[in-house]
Amino acid sequence: MIELNPFVIFIAAIFTNNMILSNFLGMCSFVAVSKEINTSLGLGQAVTFVLAGTSIINYLVYHYLLVPYNLEFLRFIIFIISIAAFVQLIEMVLERYIPNLYYALGIFLPLITVNCAILGVSLFMVIRDYTFLQSFGFAVGSGLGWTLAIVALAGIRQKLKRASVPKGLEGPGITLIVTGLMALAFIGFSGIVQIS
Amino acid sequence: MAKQKSKEIFSMGVWLDNPILRQLIGICSALAVTNLMVNSLVMGVGLTFVTAFSSLTISAIRHYTPKHIRMMVQVLIIASYVIMVDIFLKAYMPEMSKALGPYIGLIITNCIIMGRAEAYAQKNPPLPSFLDGVANGIGYTGVLLFIAFFRELLGFGSLFGIQILGDWWTAWTIMIMPPSAFFLLAIAIWIAHNLREKHQSEGAKS
Repeated sequence: MIELNPFVIFIAAIFTNNMILSNFLGMCSFVAVSKEINTSLGLGQAVTFVLAGTSIINYLVYHYLLVPYNLEFLRFIIFIISIAAFVQLIEMVLERYIPNLYYALGIFLPLITVNCAILGVSLFMVIRDYTFLQSFGFAVGSGLGWTLAIVALAGIRQKLKRASVPKGLEGPGITLIVTGLMALAFIGFSGIVQIS
Repeated sequence: MAKQKSKEIFSMGVWLDNPILRQLIGICSALAVTNLMVNSLVMGVGLTFVTAFSSLTISAIRHYTPKHIRMMVQVLIIASYVIMVDIFLKAYMPEMSKALGPYIGLIITNCIIMGRAEAYAQKNPPLPSFLDGVANGIGYTGVLLFIAFFRELLGFGSLFGIQILGDWWTAWTIMIMPPSAFFLLAIAIWIAHNLREKHQSEGAKS
């Protein structure tokens, strides 16, 4: 395997291997929260932030705690615990020191623990055998890519409110079709870089 | 009476309250693994197993779990079952385990399981909770297989890896790629919605 530049992975994670549009991770909150641009942006920021943090923690825990003791099979439990703990910690730190940001992100933080994108990035990191810098680039890129997709979708959905949609497709149905079209558009990027 | 009740649980989980079509939860993995029928089936069986047994366990210990840490307990129970599925697949179906990649692990964050644990297992005795888990798992598997049927047939010309369509068939590459999953799920939701409407209006007439 060729050693990939972390920056290449970063770009790839935003465009060609977008978390939502090509890996379908984080769909639940993607559909539920993408009604307003502002809230989507808030959630996107929170996801990026938590991704960056948890990728570092999970990388260290996996390579320095689980691998030396042959406990790799415990990674699901360990990852989910460290994600939950990190989110909790961030919540407390933000509340104490940066209350503005806390109120901006507030409601989204608890939701993030069960966002599949977070756990997904940690698992991809292990499966693809990334180095530390690669993992970090991948995590931040994935977060930004996720934000990009959800904000774009929120923009489209705000316009869609005025459109007349067939009754059975209202709500989730049309959202999925719009996402599908976005995914088609993102395939256009696939020539730039290739990571998997 | 008991029979009637389990029948009701099944019709709720499989169709009336289908987790994917109706509640739109747990769709991450539904979309990701549906390019092949086999993958979808294994994923569906895995999820059914995890949902059923974690519902059973959560329900069995529901009186002993303190209210405020129940989420954490639930996650740990679910994660333990997912690890079992993961190890089983690694040992007996290594190819499949590679193909599904991180999506087996992602069963943990699949909202269906947590959703059932919170909505049903927390309030009901173990046996109905178990059935409820099985029913929801079957509902999920059904939708997965429906989507995978079209994606594999049109994308590869095969079903379960067996070539169905001959050489004359030009494979639709788009069906293997991500966008088609979104479109097909949207269509599935649309069809289900219309069927349900029709069913309801007929029920109202008679």
